[in-house]
Amino acid sequence: MNETGSTASEATAADNTPVDKSELARKHYVVAGKMFLLAIAMFGFGYVMVPLYEVICEVTGLNGKTGRISAVESERRLEQTLAGNDADALQREIIVEFVGIVSAGGNWEFRPNEREMRVKLGQQYVTSYFAKNLSTQPVVGQASPSVSPFAAAKYFNKTECFCFTRQEFEAGGSRDMPVTFVIDPKVPVNVDRVTLSYTFFKSKDQQLSSVTFDSGEPSGS
Amino acid sequence: MSAYDTAHHDDHDHHGPAPGLTRWLYTTNHKDIGTLYLWFSLLMFFIGGAMALIIRAELFQPGIQIVDPMFFNSMTTMHAIVMIFGVVMPAFVGLANWMIPMMIGAPDMALPRLNNWSFWIMPFAFTIMLSTLFMDSGGPAGGWTLYPPLTLQMGDSFAFVIFAIHFMGISSVMGSINIVATIFNMRANGMTLMKMPLFVWTWLITAFLLIASIPVFAGAVTMLLTDRYFGTSFFSAAGGGDPVMFQHIFWFFGHPEVYILILPAFGVVSSIIPTFARKPLFGYDSMVYATASIAFLSFIVWAHHMFTTGMPLAGELFFMFSTMMISVPTGVKVFNWVATMWRGSMTFETPMLFAIGFVVMFTIGGLSGLMLAITPADIQYHDTYFVVAHFHYVLVPGAIFSLIAATYYWIPKWTGNMYDEKLGKIHFWTSTIFVNVLFFPMHFVGLAGMPRRIPDYSLQFADWNMIASIGAFGFGFAQIIFVWVVYKCVRGGEKATDEVWEGAVGLEWTVPSPAPYHTFEEPPPLAVINKNHF
Ligand code: HEM
Ligand SMILES: [Cu+2]
Repeated sequence: MNETGSTASEATAADNTPVDKSELARKHYVVAGKMFLLAIAMFGFGYVMVPLYEVICEVTGLNGKTGRISAVESERRLEQTLAGNDADALQREIIVEFVGIVSAGGNWEFRPNEREMRVKLGQQYVTSYFAKNLSTQPVVGQASPSVSPFAAAKYFNKTECFCFTRQEFEAGGSRDMPVTFVIDPKVPVNVDRVTLSYTFFKSKDQQLSSVTFDSGEPSGS
Repeated sequence: MSAYDTAHHDDHDHHGPAPGLTRWLYTTNHKDIGTLYLWFSLLMFFIGGAMALIIRAELFQPGIQIVDPMFFNSMTTMHAIVMIFGVVMPAFVGLANWMIPMMIGAPDMALPRLNNWSFWIMPFAFTIMLSTLFMDSGGPAGGWTLYPPLTLQMGDSFAFVIFAIHFMGISSVMGSINIVATIFNMRANGMTLMKMPLFVWTWLITAFLLIASIPVFAGAVTMLLTDRYFGTSFFSAAGGGDPVMFQHIFWFFGHPEVYILILPAFGVVSSIIPTFARKPLFGYDSMVYATASIAFLSFIVWAHHMFTTGMPLAGELFFMFSTMMISVPTGVKVFNWVATMWRGSMTFETPMLFAIGFVVMFTIGGLSGLMLAITPADIQYHDTYFVVAHFHYVLVPGAIFSLIAATYYWIPKWTGNMYDEKLGKIHFWTSTIFVNVLFFPMHFVGLAGMPRRIPDYSLQFADWNMIASIGAFGFGFAQIIFVWVVYKCVRGGEKATDEVWEGAVGLEWTVPSPAPYHTFEEPPPLAVINKNHF
C-alpha cells in the first residue's frame, strides 16, 4: 500500500545534505516576519472595515441610512422629472409614517408632531419632532435616522434635518425640531408606505457651544 | 521498522528531558509542548463540560430551578469560550506540535522558544478569563459573540475578558507562525508539498486562516474596549457608530474560525481511515484542493450569521449562494472518505470507530448547515435550538470526536503502550449513543421555536429537553472512561510496536514507540520518505 509510483528523481536536492544552521535560522525569520506582517495587516484591516462599512451603507442605503440633498438639487430633480416622460410618477402618493424612540436610559421626551403624512413624490414637505429635556442638567442630544423598508431608504432624501446637527437643551428645555424631506420619484413602485424613525441619544459629545440657547427658541417650562 | 534516527550522536549533551518540574516550564521540545497543550485542553474540556452540565441541569425542566438567570447566561457564554479557545484550538495545536515535525522528518518546530511562549500564555489567559466568574460583576453573559450594546453593559470584569481574549489570540497567532515556518522550512529533503500527510496540509491552511482572522477579532474586541473605556463610538449609535458593524467584523473572523476548528479534524480523519481500510487515501490531490477552497470561501460567507439583520436582497442572495458553495468541497471530502473505505479490508479499532462516527455525524451537521444557509428558512431558524443542534453536530461528534480518534490513534506512539481496546470501544459506543440523545432532540425543539440562550422555556418543549439533559449527563460521564483509558495507557500496558498499526503509512510510524525525546535529528532517507506517503 505504500507504492505510489514516485521516483527518487522527484527530490530536487541531494539525499539528506545537512542544512546550514544559520541559513536555516535566516529562513525561519523571513517566514515568521512575513506571517507577522500579515497578522498586523489583518489587524489593520479590521479597522479599515469601519470606514468601508460607512461608505457601503451610504451608497446602498443599507441600514436605513437616508440621503441628504440640498434644496436646490431637489428643485432641479423635480424639473428634470417634469421635463422627462415620467411626470406620471409625480402623481403617485406614498404614506410616510413617523416614529420617535428614546435610546435606553435617556431622560427625554421625544415624539413626532404628526403620526403620518400622505405625500406626492418629488415635492418637499416639512414636519417636526418635539423634544424635551426632562433632566435638571443642560444636555446635548443627537438623533439617528432610519428608514424602512430598506429598499426605500436611498430614495428618501432630507434637505433639512435636526439630525444633521447636535441639539443642545438647557435643563428642562424643549422645542419643536423641523425636518424637510423629499421622496425621489424613482422609488420602487411596490413601495407605498415608508417609515421614518429617529432614535434620540444623549450625544457622546456633551460640550455645550458658547452660544446660548435662544438659537433654538426654547419654550422652557 | 527502522531505527536509523535513534543512533547516538556524541556531540549532543542532552538526550532526555531535564529532570524536575522546571522541565515543563522551560521546555522547548516539541513533544513536551505538545503534551502540555493536550493536558491543558483535557482539563479545560472538563471545566467547559461542567458548565454545559449546569446549563443542561437547569434546562432539565421548565422554570428556574438551579441557577440564577444571569449566571445561566454567563455559563452559556463561558462554556462556548472555553470549548472553542480552550479545548478545540489548543488540542489541535498540541497534536500539531507532536505530529508535524515527526510527519515531515524534522527534529523540532522551527521556533522552539516561541513555541514555549505560545503555550505558557494560555494558562494565564484562561486563569484571567475564568476568574471573572468570581468577580463582583460576574463573568461575560452576553454570548460568546460579544455583541454590543449588550456586552458593553456588563460590569468591569469586561476589561479582564478582553485582556484574556487578546492573550489567547497572541498565543494562537504565534503558534500558527511557528507551524507555517516549520512546514515551509523544515521538511526533510524529498518531502515535497504534495507528499505531505493531509494532517500537515490541513494544519498549514488552518495556520493561514488563524493568522488572517484572529487579528481581525483582536481589532473588534479592541474597538469594544475603547468604546467602553476611551470614549470612541465604533458601535455606539449615540456617537455615530453602528452596532451591526460589530457583527460584520466579528463574523468576518467568526466564520473562518469555525473552519479553524474543523480543518485539522479533516486531516486527522484522512490519516486514520486509510490505515484501517488498508487502502491509500482516495483522491489525495482533491483533498488538498478542497481544503484550500474551503479556506478561501470561508472568508466570503460571513453574513450567513446575519440574515435577520435586514441586509438588502442582493446581499442575502450572495451570502446564501456562497455559503452553499462551501458544501461542494466539503462534499468532495466526505465522498473521498467513503471511497477510501469502499471495498477496503476494514477493521474497527477505536480510532477507526471514532473516525467513522465523525464522517457520519459531521455530515448531519453539514446538512443542517445547508438548511440554515437558505435565507428564508434561516429567518425562522435563527437564534433557535436548531442552530445549537447544527453547530454541536459539527463540533462535538465532529471536532471533538476527531480529537479523541487522534488520541487513540497516536497514543501508542506517544507512550509506547497500547490503550485498552475494550474500554476504548465502550467509550465510543456510550459517547455515540449519548451524543445523539443529547443533540438530536435539539433539532425538534428548535424547529418548534425554542430560542437559544434562555434559562426557561415553554411547556411544550419539556419532553425533548429532559431527554437532551439525560444525554448530556450520559455523554459527560462517558468521557471519564476516556480519562481512565488515557491514564492507564500512560501508566503501562501491552507494549506497542514501532509500526503500531499494521501497514500504517507515515514517517511517524518509522520511529520507535514510544517516540524518543529527539527524533529525526538526522533527516530520514529519501527511500523511507517515498515509501511513506500516499
Ligand atoms: C456545510 C457547511 C456549513 C454550513 C452551510 C453552515 C451554515 C451555517 C449557518 C447559515 C449558520 C447561522 C445560523 C444562524 O445563526 O441562524 C451557522 C452557524 C454556526 N455554524 Fe455552521 N455551517 C457549516 C459548517 C460548520 C462547521 C464545519 C462548523 C464548525 C466546526 C460550524 C459551526 C457553526 C457555529 C459555531 C455556528 C453558530 C454561531 C453562533 O451563532 O454562535 N458550521 N452555520
Ligand atoms: Cu458561518
